Amino acid sequence: MDDHAKVQIKGIREGLLITVRNDDWSEAKAALQEQIKEQSEFLRGGRLILDVGNHVIRAAELGQLRDMLTDDGLALWAILSNSQVTQQNAQLLGLATRINKPSPERTTHTIETALTGEEAVLVRRTLRSGYSLQYFGHVVVIGDVNPGSEIVAGGDVVVWGRLRGMVHAGAEGNQDAVVCAMDLAPTQLRIADHIATTPKQRGKPQPEMARIVDGQVVAVPWQPKTK
Amino acid sequence: MTNKVITITSGKGGVGKTTATANIATALAVDGARVVCIDADIGLRNLDVVLGLENRIVYDLVDVVEGRCRLRQAMIRDKRLPNLFLIPAAQTRDKTSVSPSDMVRLIDELRTECDWVLIDSPAGIERGFRNAIAPADVVVVITNPEISAVRDADRIIGLVEAEEKGPVRLVLNRLKPELVKREDMLSPDDILELLAIELIGIVPEDEKVILSTNRGVPIVLDGKSQAGQAFRNIATRLAGQNVPFLNLEDRNGFFGRISRMMRSGGD
Ligand SMILES: Nc1ncnc2c1ncn2[C@@H]1O[C@H](COP(=O)(O)OP(=O)(O)OP(=O)(O)O)[C@@H](O)[C@H]1O
Ligand SMILES: [Mg+2]
Repeated sequence: MDDHAKVQIKGIREGLLITVRNDDWSEAKAALQEQIKEQSEFLRGGRLILDVGNHVIRAAELGQLRDMLTDDGLALWAILSNSQVTQQNAQLLGLATRINKPSPERTTHTIETALTGEEAVLVRRTLRSGYSLQYFGHVVVIGDVNPGSEIVAGGDVVVWGRLRGMVHAGAEGNQDAVVCAMDLAPTQLRIADHIATTPKQRGKPQPEMARIVDGQVVAVPWQPKTK
Repeated sequence: MTNKVITITSGKGGVGKTTATANIATALAVDGARVVCIDADIGLRNLDVVLGLENRIVYDLVDVVEGRCRLRQAMIRDKRLPNLFLIPAAQTRDKTSVSPSDMVRLIDELRTECDWVLIDSPAGIERGFRNAIAPADVVVVITNPEISAVRDADRIIGLVEAEEKGPVRLVLNRLKPELVKREDMLSPDDILELLAIELIGIVPEDEKVILSTNRGVPIVLDGKSQAGQAFRNIATRLAGQNVPFLNLEDRNGFFGRISRMMRSGGD
């Protein structure tokens, strides 16, 4: 088995779930270390959940593991284990040992795209300064997008909240992409290769949609359609 | 869970973490609690100076972590308050000599010994910051009313939330009421709207703070200073009591609004 098969990383609702499948713990640890080095850019800033299976791990060793991750700029949040000893040791270090494990079908299967041809990610929290969200499909945020954060989406961006960070919709060149927000006041707004430059008039916030019209980014207030 | 380990941190440097740590700790100790403050700013220690205990240091945090002395030996008793202690940072070592796990272990030992542990964090998002927040029950983020400081505070709050540390509380330091009134400074309203965490104190700009720092006498010991009063109020709120926000302005100014907001909102 190569390292990629031994260490599985996937995004779940609670954070990044890393599953270590290996009989020998020291080998497992080395494989983990390798993977983390390789993927550090992807993992950075994420909340890590480490599933160690049946391994019995001493508190000191867990501590070392956390410190190693800390040095790589990663925050270890939870240890999942079938061993009670490992669980207790993790708790001693203030780590969580339980998450609401989503059923596997939900995380491993991608959405059936045949119907619409569209994929989207839903983020339900405030994106704070320094946070960067990049996704090839559409991005939907329930929460504020603060100054200093950024969203780069292949498709549309919809924000149910205040949009004040940097946003780039249609990042791979899709001229039809749109950006919608309850309060559209981004630091910078881009759609495909267009950049909106005119600063927004600050008035009473209202829902708006930005898109490209005649080669220019324009923002239009949302209005209920009257029949 | 008890909320006795308070880490005081910020994104931007120089916003008043050390000042706040020394003053809140002193205020809690004046009220009779047994308080230990820890300077986690390894390599750049200065909490000892602000508390006026510089000349008493024998052992430091790294000595405890590396087993050269026992915890008790590194606890320096305050000159004025017998129930206030300081564990100083090492001046000469770098931050990697202490790990988050070391901090959790050390603070667990202290939990049984005292009512409060206050940790003065270094600024920024590196190892020293992780060390300081690892054992925290409550994280207090300090900012000044400047755009860059608020932006960095937002970033820090994001990191603390990602580690599920908390609750996170906000202290606004060095507010100049006359500047806010002229709309030359971010108002507490603007800052709270952006950061969206519970406010636990507003400390006005007060030149006596700098004098008190230099003399090693925390400003809370000065009964006449407004900044001192603001720090005493923060201590009281941390202890779970409600106190109205200082009226640094007339009732209809934004301080009036803030205190109204605090009463209606919060978690
Ligand atoms: N409310 C205040 N009014 C006036 N001066 C203040 C106030 N609060 C802090 N200061 C001054 O600001 C300076 C920086 O404060 P302090 O050392 O507490 O910041 P810090 O956040 O700990 O800095 P560092 O990031 O370097 O550790 C000090 O000179 C202090 O006296
Ligand atoms: Mg300091």
